[in-house]
Amino acid sequence: MNVADALSRVFSALADPTRRDLVARLSIADATVNELAAPYEVSLQAVSKHLRVLEEAGLVTRTRDAQRRPVHLEAEVFDLMTKWIERYRRQAEERYRRLDDLLRTMPDDTEGEPE
Amino acid sequence: MSTMTTHPEAEIIVDKEVPLVRIIREFDAPAAKVYQAHIDPELFVKWNGPDYLTTTPVVWDARTGGSYRYTMTGEGTDTAFNGVFHELRENELIVQTFSWEGMPDGVALEKLRIEDLPGGRSRLTSTSLVDSFEDRDAFVASGMEVGIVEGYNKLDDLLAA
Repeated sequence: MNVADALSRVFSALADPTRRDLVARLSIADATVNELAAPYEVSLQAVSKHLRVLEEAGLVTRTRDAQRRPVHLEAEVFDLMTKWIERYRRQAEERYRRLDDLLRTMPDDTEGEPE
Repeated sequence: MSTMTTHPEAEIIVDKEVPLVRIIREFDAPAAKVYQAHIDPELFVKWNGPDYLTTTPVVWDARTGGSYRYTMTGEGTDTAFNGVFHELRENELIVQTFSWEGMPDGVALEKLRIEDLPGGRSRLTSTSLVDSFEDRDAFVASGMEVGIVEGYNKLDDLLAA
């Protein structure tokens, strides 16, 4: 999966307010599905479904062997945002390098009011 | 990137309190030229997008209260942007709106401040403000306006979902 696809998945996953809330709570500590479902008016299945979306986006993982299978937030996925910011900065820099090239070709007498 | 530059690279600020992105960049040219390159459509099309895309102004009325619209086409991309020149102050300030037509409800308020520096140089401070952190982050992730055009299709898919 390339960065753009990963990005789409993360955005889709975080577009839902319940999933954002789950992520916020997991940022404090790992929790089981039961613990996560407790404050909501929705079924355990619905919460599991939300967790599956988060899992597919790589935002959370579940321990396979343990009985409790706590859900763990993969904090490094949020480093993606840092990468996108750096990509944006780099692209802005490239855009301004094109502007540098243009500025070099602009004769001095085209600027401002005629002397 | 092997191009020699005599200035620091573009600096980016992604604010935590307010949904804005700020880019600061210096140029080896006076503010007057940088300003002209932004508001003269013939100059603007030469640097706006990456080489594989053609920027075509459809509407371009560069005066306070005027508006602009341009298309970007090439390599399977066919998209358009528009906005209003809210305030144009020669050689120092451009306040404008910026919308991608694929997401017409989303609009960025942009303030481009250009200051002359010693030695015939200038500094551009470009601030884009949107109305939610979600839109701001999507804006950054899509690379809108800075030529990461493949992002638009992804955003299309996201919006269609």
